[in-house]
Amino acid sequence: MILAVAIKQVPNLTDDLEISADGTGLDYDALTYVLNEFDEQALEEAVLVKEAAGGSVTVVGIDTTGELDGALHTALAKGADRAMKVTGDFDRDLGSEGQAQLLAEAIRPLAADLLLTGVQAADDRDGQIGPRLAALLGWPYVGVVTHVTPEPGCVRVHKEYAGGLLAEFVVTLPAVIGVQASHQPPRYAPVSKIRQIAKTAQIESVAGQGTPASSSSVRRMFKPEAAGQAEMWAGEPEEVAGKIATLLTAKGLLKL
Amino acid sequence: MSNDILILAEHLNGKLADITNEMAGQARQLAGALGGQAVAVLLGSGAQALAESIGSDRVLYIDDPALAEFNPEAYARVLAAVVAQRQPRVVMLANSSVGMDLAAGLAVTTGLPLIAYVNALSAEDGRIVATSQIYGGKILAEAVPAGEACLVTCLAGAFRPEAGRAAAAVERIASPAPLDGLKVQFVRLIEPEAGDVDITQQALLVSIGRGIGGAENIELAQELAEALGTVVSASRPVTDAGWLPKTRQVGKSGLTVKPKVYLAFGISGAPEHLEGMRGAELIVAVNTDPKAPIFDVAHYGATCDILDLLPALTERVKSDT
Ligand SMILES: Cc1cc2nc3c(=O)[nH]c(=O)nc-3n(C[C@H](O)[C@H](O)[C@H](O)COP(=O)(O)OP(=O)(O)OC[C@H]3O[C@@H](n4cnc5c(N)ncnc54)[C@H](O)[C@@H]3O)c2cc1C
Repeated sequence: MILAVAIKQVPNLTDDLEISADGTGLDYDALTYVLNEFDEQALEEAVLVKEAAGGSVTVVGIDTTGELDGALHTALAKGADRAMKVTGDFDRDLGSEGQAQLLAEAIRPLAADLLLTGVQAADDRDGQIGPRLAALLGWPYVGVVTHVTPEPGCVRVHKEYAGGLLAEFVVTLPAVIGVQASHQPPRYAPVSKIRQIAKTAQIESVAGQGTPASSSSVRRMFKPEAAGQAEMWAGEPEEVAGKIATLLTAKGLLKL
Repeated sequence: MSNDILILAEHLNGKLADITNEMAGQARQLAGALGGQAVAVLLGSGAQALAESIGSDRVLYIDDPALAEFNPEAYARVLAAVVAQRQPRVVMLANSSVGMDLAAGLAVTTGLPLIAYVNALSAEDGRIVATSQIYGGKILAEAVPAGEACLVTCLAGAFRPEAGRAAAAVERIASPAPLDGLKVQFVRLIEPEAGDVDITQQALLVSIGRGIGGAENIELAQELAEALGTVVSASRPVTDAGWLPKTRQVGKSGLTVKPKVYLAFGISGAPEHLEGMRGAELIVAVNTDPKAPIFDVAHYGATCDILDLLPALTERVKSDT
């Protein structure tokens, strides 16, 4: 089975996210980037499918940060066979709409049977990439998936609803699947292996055609008001523990 | 184009999802401001009664055996046809397992802009303005669509539900799009396995997130829960990693809990987590990041390291009781 995984980097959410001077974006230069956590799950599921059914996994992303190589090297270390990046003069905040257009162009020639991608990303302001890609490629899409089982000409997937309820679908290939979680936790790639791969691996570059425009624009970006914000307790863990214990006692949850 | 606001009604196992009437309420307000109507679209089979329970101005009920269960491909075909025929100003879908499968594909097939993760929606001088909650709830982005019409996916709990009023009229129609030759086949629903404990029945929960760091530290939370006579619940990454069973998961794809006190330890407060616990009477959050969104819903908070706090609190509880 020819598998492809579309990945993207997102700002590290434990960083301080600062608003840009013009107030319509983030101060992107001050950010560090990590791989979208759901793309990490999609990669793992792709490697698991490959291990079960044979074939190859190609990882592809748009290099909006100039730092995609690191994520691609890690993907190779975790079991991907090929890595591709779409390069060009892209905005750092290139949305899903633009990314999906560029990705569709890059993915079409791969003649993939199955394209996996993270079900969402923290910066999908204009919607998820997976369903956009599926519509552009003319393939079916099922998202919020936690298990992909390869079968001849199709995949059997488990899709999650609320409360742990699952729906099982059979999807004819080629198809796009939006992965919520891989059916085994993502494997770990040792740093030494990633370093080794970084020295030898070939990352294929594809020039992105043009810079796609977005059909909606942000006129103001801001942080949520701190209304109703928590009353903060300062102090050592022992003191905080004391405050929590007092509170639980007041609520009748701690019997003295 | 009309000034109608279309909402996709969501239902599962014969029950209407809460988000449907939340969107209906907002759609009526918006439609009122624009001089249109709030029209719910319900896809199903034998679901007339459900259609009648929606609080929109009108309901378009598309009745077909192929729509008895949610099927993303069938839904996408029907919605594309409905949007093409009715030309609404705004199409509202839930940012749910159903809506997330459809909205972005519909944006491509209809050519309409999509604004996602929306928690506020209004019209300013006839222009649609939508606010997205992005970056795990840390940032809000107010956006306008390029044209007059757009699609939005709405966050659960963002809008006040339109309760207690029946829909004015249900128009029942056959599917406006062919539903044969589908490449996606629904097979079955799989009910979750019953857990060892029911986290929805606890008055107090010790809830842990990725901040717990690893399987080896789960014990620290278990010990505290034991001392408190309760159980440990968790955010999704903890159950995905297999550190705790899936039945302990709180949130959008887990369980909704409403304990008297919810202790959130090392949980950032992503919208998908908040969806399952914001109804708790009292929320105490401990997180080393003072800007973590969990502090926006918590009543009390502290920024110490939970690996220090958990044993300290266990100690304290043991000595107090
Ligand atoms: C369709 C869908 C459904 C989802 N359903 C759910 C759901 O049901 N439930 C759910 O929880 N999530 C759900 N998610 C995932 C959600 O988007 C977040 O990824 C998740 O809630 C994050 O969990 P977390 O807060 O534990 O981890 P993180 O966001 O990684 O946060 C960890 C926090 O721990 C803090 N921390 C780190 N170390 C320490 C320390 N030593 N002491 C104190 N604090 C520390 C960090 O500052 C950080 O804020 C869903 C996602 C999708 C796409």
